[in-house]
Amino acid sequence: MASMRVFCASRAAQNLMLRAIRPGSFAAFATKSHWKDVSREDIDLSAKGIASRSATSVFFIELFKGFGVVFGMIFKEPATINYPFEKGPLSPRFRGEHALRRYPSGEERCIACKLCEAICPAQAITIEAEERADGSRRTTRYDIDMTKCIYCGFCQEACPVDAIVEGPNFEYSTETREELLYNKEKLLSNGDKWEAEIAANLQADYLYR
Amino acid sequence: MIQHLISTIITYLLILLGVAFFTLLERKALGYFQIRKGPNKLGIMGIPQPLADALKLFTKEWVTPNFSNYFPFILTPTIMLILALSMWQLFPSFMLTSQMTLGMFLFLCISSLTVYTTLMAGWTSNSKYALLGAIRAMAQTISYEVTMTLIIMFYLFLTMEMDIVSVRMTNSPIWTITLFFPLSVMWLAVILAETNRAPFDFAEGESELVSGFNIEYGGAGFAFLFMAEYSNILMMSLMTSCLLTSTLIMSIPVAIIFLWARGSLPRYRYDLLMAMAWKSFLPFSLATLIALTPLLFYF
Repeated sequence: MASMRVFCASRAAQNLMLRAIRPGSFAAFATKSHWKDVSREDIDLSAKGIASRSATSVFFIELFKGFGVVFGMIFKEPATINYPFEKGPLSPRFRGEHALRRYPSGEERCIACKLCEAICPAQAITIEAEERADGSRRTTRYDIDMTKCIYCGFCQEACPVDAIVEGPNFEYSTETREELLYNKEKLLSNGDKWEAEIAANLQADYLYR
Repeated sequence: MIQHLISTIITYLLILLGVAFFTLLERKALGYFQIRKGPNKLGIMGIPQPLADALKLFTKEWVTPNFSNYFPFILTPTIMLILALSMWQLFPSFMLTSQMTLGMFLFLCISSLTVYTTLMAGWTSNSKYALLGAIRAMAQTISYEVTMTLIIMFYLFLTMEMDIVSVRMTNSPIWTITLFFPLSVMWLAVILAETNRAPFDFAEGESELVSGFNIEYGGAGFAFLFMAEYSNILMMSLMTSCLLTSTLIMSIPVAIIFLWARGSLPRYRYDLLMAMAWKSFLPFSLATLIALTPLLFYF
């Protein structure tokens, strides 16, 4: 609240300063005329006009005005955010790091239909499947090459059971390339880690799917 | 002798420290001019940032282009830094060991020599952009040096001293600035052009030449060139405070004007810059010198 107040005060001060620098510029906004004269203004050749024009150029008025405007910017609230400590808002549809989800029972969702592998335009996904001991069809291998992935989101669109999703995490840079070749274990652990956020995002967006 | 040595070394160290923190000030000031914060993560409010930058630059690999003239290429940053630092000999350091009677001559000589290092840096890189940047920087510096010399001569006539300390002592600041106001503004423009700073930073000109004469330098070489550049800026601010005002503390506002101008003014056009030097600044400073100095002697 206090910072809001300071911000407003600085805005008011800036308006004041602008008004002092360019009197009449605000009046021009107030009148809503539908046409605009873009031809060059006639040069005022009266003694007063000549005097004011030469004073403007001799005393570098324009230059000092510019300096004044730049100085006024110091008092504005910075437009940037303090990144690692503050982060910008994310849409529920944000497509970040991939994750493989599980059912609440702990059973993995993926049924190895390979639709994501088929649709992936970058061919970043590799899947191998086999029948499990209990007779259900599951993946034995699910790799995503994150260096190939273009984050188009087709895999999560294609998935019939909402198993592969792109979560809200975008801070997963690594120091080596190999660490970006994700396997099934990594993707499942991502799913466990981000399940709350992913579920909330899906909930927020399900009407539009 | 040993006293002189110690005093000199301490002075140089302090200057390098000043240069380091001047770069921080610049980044902070530019940040706030552009409605953002400057570096504010490292330590407390980003204050140790220049030290981290220096550490980074000096641990970088030393890369030289294949076709560069190796020894001049390696040597140039060092020479540039030596020249920039040796200018500070004009001011007696804290043990008051040296006071040169013809200090302004030394200043003019050394500031002329800096042009050669710019040429060396650009030419020995053997790359197009570096050479173009060096040519531009050279032409600009030489042109503005003429005007700078004339203005300095005028200010020296005002005080009838050749030594920068005595000039400062005998100066009467109010008259020097107000009576010769156009000359003071011109002097500000000239020092901006002389140190290749925005709005006259054609040596840099990153929109058309990638980084000017210092493209091929990285790591320690770049750090040396950078330090030399900023040392020159501080030197020019100090010179301004001596010639125009009589207090050394006035060099701080002048140094801030350098940053402020960089924050506010767009880059000038190169032909206009040259036209301004030869068709406007030179006649005006020459006329001032010729017309006003007899009056000074008369009164």
